[in-house]
Amino acid sequence: MSSLDISKIRKEFPILRREIDGKRLVYLDNAATSQKPLRVIDSLSNFYSRHNANIHRGIHTLSEESTNLYEGARESIKQFIGAQHSCEVIFTRNATESINLVAQSWGRQNVLPGDEIVLSPMEHHSNLVPWQVLAAEREAKLVFLELDEHGQIDMDSARKLIGPKTKLVTFTQMSNVLGTITPARELADLAHKFGAIVLIDGAQGVPHLATSVQELGCDFYVFSLHKMLGPTGVGVLWGKKELLNAMPPYMYGGDMISSVAREKSRYNELPWKYEAGTPNIADVIASGVAVEYLKEIGMDVVREHEVEITRYALNRLKEIPEIKIYGPHDATKRGGVISFNLKDIHPHDLGQIMSDAGIAIRAGHHCCQPLMKDLKVMGTARASFYIYNTFEEVDMLLAALREADRVMGNVAIR
Amino acid sequence: MSLSDDLYRETILDHYHNPRNHGSIEGATEVEGTNPLCGDELTLYLKVNDAGLIEDIKMNAHGCSINTASGSMMSEAIMGQTVERAREIIDTFKTMMLTKEDTEAMEDDLEDLEALRGVKKYPVRIKCALLPWNTLLQGLDTVKK
Repeated sequence: MSSLDISKIRKEFPILRREIDGKRLVYLDNAATSQKPLRVIDSLSNFYSRHNANIHRGIHTLSEESTNLYEGARESIKQFIGAQHSCEVIFTRNATESINLVAQSWGRQNVLPGDEIVLSPMEHHSNLVPWQVLAAEREAKLVFLELDEHGQIDMDSARKLIGPKTKLVTFTQMSNVLGTITPARELADLAHKFGAIVLIDGAQGVPHLATSVQELGCDFYVFSLHKMLGPTGVGVLWGKKELLNAMPPYMYGGDMISSVAREKSRYNELPWKYEAGTPNIADVIASGVAVEYLKEIGMDVVREHEVEITRYALNRLKEIPEIKIYGPHDATKRGGVISFNLKDIHPHDLGQIMSDAGIAIRAGHHCCQPLMKDLKVMGTARASFYIYNTFEEVDMLLAALREADRVMGNVAIR
Repeated sequence: MSLSDDLYRETILDHYHNPRNHGSIEGATEVEGTNPLCGDELTLYLKVNDAGLIEDIKMNAHGCSINTASGSMMSEAIMGQTVERAREIIDTFKTMMLTKEDTEAMEDDLEDLEALRGVKKYPVRIKCALLPWNTLLQGLDTVKK
């Protein structure tokens, strides 16, 4: 067993005591969003009860406190992702907005007709659609890497496809469907050989893996705090200072200026240049609390627990030969996200019957329709784990899968 | 009997495992319906004769049980009906699915459709049940042109 004290951790999450139709909630939809510990929930209420004021403008005590708490969260997150400078950490609404910021700001400035944008074929729609739009606008070309039979990026294809025309290489740190942990450093080094910029989608990575943007070797890194115990509504764009300084602002207005005259304005310095308007102060502060909690537990311990529960779940799922599991079968090479299908039973039917048993899983295309097409399925069922999930919950998932087959008329399991 | 058994009644499972009027019709009016929520797709083929009778209807669906069963029952309900009557049936069915309160029971010849009433307890799935019907409406509009 891992060194994680799960029963202690579970006590921190009030929602885990909830019942669904008289059954204890089993929450296995962590890749969509994680649950929140009491200290994060308390932080929100505490902020509004004690410190609420707008930041970066007031002389009064509350404004100073709010500003310090807000900037303190930036510092926590900077350390958590191993960034060198706080000014490289920009708060957005979510990873999607962070990607759009780069596509619209850096992309419009740098991508020229004939340039190539290289992506993995398992990107979330949020790291695909913004590049489709940019490519169409700039007459650039999208180029897709290939996957091997384990759902891993085929480095031979990468070496063929990344070249002098490549302007940007972008890929997920960990697939939200297959769980694949991608060879980020290798891809980044390859891209940099040709002077391309690298954006890594860390939405599924940073909540589960000890992450250092320096070690990943990327130029931009994006993620959402709600997938890592924080509240919804906060995302981060980390970028190299030189790049962020050279790019034009994404949105214009208050907070992002240093001086304004009738006809022309001067823009603020990093990171505020990219944070126009009053930001999501309370949620950013609570995000800092979430990150400090993860630091306290230790990301190595988080990873150790997830490898163990993933290995256990993979082994148990394999007991039913009619279950098809997608992605790497080696728990050390993947995250705690398992996509599967039970023969021809539609994932929505599985999800529904699971829900009646109190088990929350995701069913559908997981915002990865092109990958679904490659896998030749309409969708998959997906169970995804986090620090509070137990082996016992995996057992309940298995029992519910057998029950689902019974309800559907014993069509799958022999 | 669990909550799920209630949803997945025998009638629904029967239509799901053996969908009626499955397939395609060459040269017929062809419409596609999608449920963006789950990516489910449905191609509906419709043949209406000069007298305004629905001569044939077939569907190719890659959907969940509710979607498939609903489409199968729909095809039986409207086969051979006039376009006008088909629109009435669509209307009655959609009213049943979209009205919060209990609506009147379906007429005898539409009693299979009653099995889908249970889907109302699962608001997310109502879209699955309605996909074939909305696709049919689109088809009827296309045929007219």
